[in-house]
Amino acid sequence: MEKLLEVENLTKIFTLGSVLSRVKITAVDNISFFIRPAEIFALAGESGCGKSTTARIIMGFERATSGTIIHNGRREGKNEKVWFTEGIQAIFQDPFATFNPLRTVERYFFETIQNYRLATSKQEAIERIDAKLRLVGLTYDDLAGKYPSEFSGGQLQRISIARALLTDPKLIIADEPVSMVDASLRMSIVNLFKRLRDDFGVSVLYITHDLATAYYVCDRIAIMFRGKIVEMGTVEQVLMAPKHPYTQLLRASIPEADPARRWQGMIRLSDIEQDEYLRQGCRFAGRCPHVMDVCRRVTPPQFDVDGAQVACHLYAEMPRSDEVLIASQGQ
Amino acid sequence: MGDAILRAEALRAFYALDIYGKTKIIQAVNDVDLEIRENEVYGIAGESGCGKSTLLKALAAAIEPPLRLMGGKVVYRVNGAEIDVATLSQEEKRRLRMTYIAYVPQGSMSVLNPVMRIRDTYRDFIESHLDVRQKGEAFALAREHLVELGLPPKILDAYPHQLSGGMRQRVTIALATLLKPRIIIGDEPTTALDVVVQRGVVQLLRDVQSRLKNTIVLVTHDMGVHANIADRIGIMYAGKIVEEASAERIFGAPTHPYTRYLIDSLPRFGDKTPRESVPGSPPSLANPPSGCPFHPRCPHAMEICKREMPGFTRVAPDHRVACWLVGEGSYGKAA
Ligand SMILES: Nc1ncnc2c1ncn2[C@@H]1O[C@H](COP(=O)(O)OP(=O)(O)OP(=O)(O)O)[C@@H](O)[C@H]1O
Ligand SMILES: Nc1ncnc2c1ncn2[C@@H]1O[C@H](COP(=O)(O)OP(=O)(O)OP(=O)(O)O)[C@@H](O)[C@H]1O
Ligand code: SF4
Ligand code: SF4
Ligand SMILES: [Mg+2]
Ligand SMILES: [Mg+2]
Repeated sequence: MEKLLEVENLTKIFTLGSVLSRVKITAVDNISFFIRPAEIFALAGESGCGKSTTARIIMGFERATSGTIIHNGRREGKNEKVWFTEGIQAIFQDPFATFNPLRTVERYFFETIQNYRLATSKQEAIERIDAKLRLVGLTYDDLAGKYPSEFSGGQLQRISIARALLTDPKLIIADEPVSMVDASLRMSIVNLFKRLRDDFGVSVLYITHDLATAYYVCDRIAIMFRGKIVEMGTVEQVLMAPKHPYTQLLRASIPEADPARRWQGMIRLSDIEQDEYLRQGCRFAGRCPHVMDVCRRVTPPQFDVDGAQVACHLYAEMPRSDEVLIASQGQ
Repeated sequence: MGDAILRAEALRAFYALDIYGKTKIIQAVNDVDLEIRENEVYGIAGESGCGKSTLLKALAAAIEPPLRLMGGKVVYRVNGAEIDVATLSQEEKRRLRMTYIAYVPQGSMSVLNPVMRIRDTYRDFIESHLDVRQKGEAFALAREHLVELGLPPKILDAYPHQLSGGMRQRVTIALATLLKPRIIIGDEPTTALDVVVQRGVVQLLRDVQSRLKNTIVLVTHDMGVHANIADRIGIMYAGKIVEEASAERIFGAPTHPYTRYLIDSLPRFGDKTPRESVPGSPPSLANPPSGCPFHPRCPHAMEICKREMPGFTRVAPDHRVACWLVGEGSYGKAA
């Protein structure tokens, strides 16, 4: 099975607080996943569970505490930045933060063209820029000479996607690319990802809180909770038949676009403590309706449940994912 | 739900940009009539770039160059008296801000000082708004709200860059609710959150609203959030409110062609059939289309649509629509 990107046992520990009261936060805790060529892979889960940190490590903006990133079969050395290969481009959560307010937006495009030597003349550069902008429903004339403040959030987000496309990347890392845009534009952006995958073989790491678009556009999905991947599989498996109690809570909390079906009952967030990061055993134990004794003592390994990987003791009867993996590799 | 607490009358707010000596005008809020009632949750939805954030800035009396008030007015009702915001001094505005009206702008980073610990931002904020007696209480409330939002008090020691996007967003929401304002204006306050925490935030806002009997104005692209919290929803297109109704009717009987597209483009679980987005491209607010601004993209456009903007027609007691298809409009005016 071909893998474009492989993340192996990735861990990132931050320290927080003053000299006197240092707190260690394991933002990413030994996670592994891979992305195939021409695949849209979603990373979803709790706010603050380590999604952006994972993305930043893949791009080389942040150093992993331990673990490896393998891109195109090449192991990334300590000082090499995958980010600087034209094969990977990124789109960020906050388009306002992507652009410096004092520089025209087009300068970013020309800079990328220059850095990667993508054109030999200004005319050629403009043509390339225009072609990429048209993919996101804009034209070069729409942004020539303009500053970031002259665009809305949604417009800026489409502009940063167009810029990412300049180098014809094979992998796009999109950290919440649609959270700032309207429902219709959301569809046009995820439809664009679909088209890039189907027509140009591009893969996308789609980090999002919008599970409906993840279902609509992604092939596989990983659900993270407190630095760990708790469930991973196809979107059909994970979103239509969630197995992990956290995924089930997540799925049940998606607000429906129907005022007749408002959220029922109250949820308590107050016991979500950073302590959950430090606790032994399953980090969801404090809120899990199915919690058992073993959950508080032993960190659940990943079990293979109908082809999906689920880190929960409820499935202890199932084979362990790592054993299934070894068995399949042995064949 | 009571009388109007916040009103916009024929409100026009434009960006005036100076580009190589030539002035370029962006008609971001163009003739908006709006009445927000006491103790309601009023949702605003609409296309990216249609002027929602600009409208909120105007409502929050936070107009700053290059944004300018070009016409109309914003009226607050404070302790029973109507106040035209334009008549307020800077100092009066500052005092009303956060105590009468709390505004959480889009992109929560802008509120938090990047070189200050969260604790110090809170301290500054509390000290500049409250006298000594109330301070302790405010700090206690801050902690309580943070915990209710699922954040450990420990994060008070963190700098903004040490928090995830969703954590920062909650920190600013807790800040905005601190001074028990009569009106809370939130611009995309839940976009960076997972749906479980989002539910918690909406719950907190609702709870604050019923406890303090205050009013919430909420802009979000997340129609699921609108469906869950809004009493009434205004749909905005190209600087104008084009439809307004109860949440039930916006979702159950959307009438304006743009609203219908908006509702139809929502993806649904278990359904992977391609969803269409609104055809054509968003209008330029520097040079908006004549007549009804939706006409270049509207499948029902008629001759008159290109020439004249329709006024509002009431299609039901609390449901108004500005579209020639439903009538020429008599109640209020959209243009
Ligand atoms: N530079 C840093 N220093 C200390 N802690 C950090 C730093 N960056 C991130 N963290 C912590 O790591 C955890 C994961 O943060 P991250 O931004 O990866 O979350 P996320 O999953 O992207 O969340 P969101 O959905 O809210 O964007 C959080 O607890 C955050 O406070
Ligand atoms: N500071 C500014 N200077 C110039 N033009 C601006 C400024 N801020 C916004 N605009 C323009 O005004 C129009 C309305 O912008 P606004 O931010 O109000 O839209 P919005 O509806 O909030 O969009 P979004 O959903 O993307 O947040 C847009 O065309 C935008 O490009
Ligand atoms: S391991 Fe135990 S506590 Fe954790 S999710 Fe499964 S049942 Fe719940
Ligand atoms: S007024 Fe005309 S163009 Fe505008 S939405 Fe109605 S039918 Fe369409
Ligand atoms: Mg993030
Ligand atoms: Mg906005």
